[in-house]
Amino acid sequence: MTDRRRIALLLAPALLVVGGLFLTGLGLTLLRSLRYFPALGLTQPDLAAYAAILTAPGFLKSLAFSLWIASASTLIAAALAVGAALLLRQTFPGRGLVSFLVQMNLTIPHIVGAIGILYLFSQSGSFARLARAAGLITGPQGFPVLTQDPFGIGIILLYVWKELPFITLILLANLQILGEDHEAVARALGASRWQAFRHVLLPMLMPGLTAASALVFAFAFGAYEVPLVLGAYAPKALPVLAWQAWTDTDLATRPEAMAMAVMIALIGLALLALVARSLGRGARDAP
Amino acid sequence: MRRDRLRRLAVLALALWMVLPILPLAVWSVAHGWRFPDVSPQDWSLRAWSFALSGRSGILQSFALTSFIALATTLLSALIGVPAGRALGLYRFRGKGLVTLFLLAPAVLPGIAVAFGLHGVFLRLGLAGTVTGVILAHLVPVLPYMTLVMAAVFSRFDPDLEAQARTLGATPWQTFRRVTLPAILPGLMTAMLFAFLVSWSQYLITLAIGGGRVQTLPLLLFSFASAGRNDITGAVGLLYILPGLLVLILTARQVTGRGAAMAEGLRP
Repeated sequence: MTDRRRIALLLAPALLVVGGLFLTGLGLTLLRSLRYFPALGLTQPDLAAYAAILTAPGFLKSLAFSLWIASASTLIAAALAVGAALLLRQTFPGRGLVSFLVQMNLTIPHIVGAIGILYLFSQSGSFARLARAAGLITGPQGFPVLTQDPFGIGIILLYVWKELPFITLILLANLQILGEDHEAVARALGASRWQAFRHVLLPMLMPGLTAASALVFAFAFGAYEVPLVLGAYAPKALPVLAWQAWTDTDLATRPEAMAMAVMIALIGLALLALVARSLGRGARDAP
Repeated sequence: MRRDRLRRLAVLALALWMVLPILPLAVWSVAHGWRFPDVSPQDWSLRAWSFALSGRSGILQSFALTSFIALATTLLSALIGVPAGRALGLYRFRGKGLVTLFLLAPAVLPGIAVAFGLHGVFLRLGLAGTVTGVILAHLVPVLPYMTLVMAAVFSRFDPDLEAQARTLGATPWQTFRRVTLPAILPGLMTAMLFAFLVSWSQYLITLAIGGGRVQTLPLLLFSFASAGRNDITGAVGLLYILPGLLVLILTARQVTGRGAAMAEGLRP
């Protein structure tokens, strides 16, 4: 058997499954978003669903809200993760335990964390009770609205909790490969601790950090269950709005739901391109 | 030293932040009445646990169903992902970058766009609302992970070992069983454990494809939470994170690379 045939045979099942499930699913979503549905007599694809959602105020508000949640979560989680990775690289008593906790968090499904954040930060949650016990507030209304709030604070808190370990572990893996030689050289040449970090270590961590951040952004932008638990009635995160339109008893909103899902995927796709580019650049730079 | 104290503080804050959201769930699961503004529950009780662990609540059945779905998804993804990982890890070929991107795309693209369309496809095939349909749909986010990890495993594998076994008269099956499998087994085990977890934590895909008829643990968890049953939510939540803890402890021996494997695979 030639190598080419062998490779084709090895790849065939995976290509068939990804093509059959992922591509077909995505393709049908796209067709339905174009209002192509022969069984219902719709045989002329058009952009009416896209026009409808783009002119509806709810969609643009949800789009902006989802972009806000994803950007804020990603930026905060990434910044904290750089700090956490630098911390966990050092040796100190209790490092094993902290590493374990960071890894444990990665195995906890989002919905569990979201309910935990709700129980912690809601107006009758743990922190509100502590504030009441400390005499800071007199009742639940005195506590700031941090969950199911219009700014998505609860959602952002959950993502910072959940994605901080994800980015940290990717950075730690990168740091392990890089070693400490480069910084040591910079320090020996007279760079300050900050300069060695800013001009030597950070640029080397950048490809991994970019890729991890893009994954976090795409996920926070497209996830449904987190804003379902922690989101406010309005504005709704885009996936929640899309789900609502999809499950509406009025079947006419289905193409609009599909169009929203396509928009979510397109933004995800743009990020995929960014990841691929940054990884490609990283691979070329590697010795 | 000031630096040391600052570091200790940062370590403490990080450790605390990691466990914080789980604490109220744990306390609620053994609380009997915990109204505002009480900082600790009025009374303690194991009622939520005995309800969760009794047959009549359906929670154990849901646990079994979720395990079955995750197990089946994992085995299927291994059967499909190991060969693909071998192709990507051992060979250089034209279009490899594109094939890799195509096989990994489902892990990066938001699942909602696939789930809506896939539901339509499965409706026609009679798979919507079935466990089989949910298992197949879970392959979408799980397979890229299996393929990625196995590609990394095979890139460190020496195919000459197989050639030597064949020269010495081993059949293809014997070669696989005695040479290839032992070499890739540690990596395969890690990949399978985390593939299990990826399926285990699916919410939207299960809801969309299962149409509410396939009640996995996260769906049950959400319905208890939205019904305001905080005590049962706490117990179900802890039951739900149990396999993740087990996986973590099971892979503890392979400390090196575990973090990276987890980070690569268990996407955000």
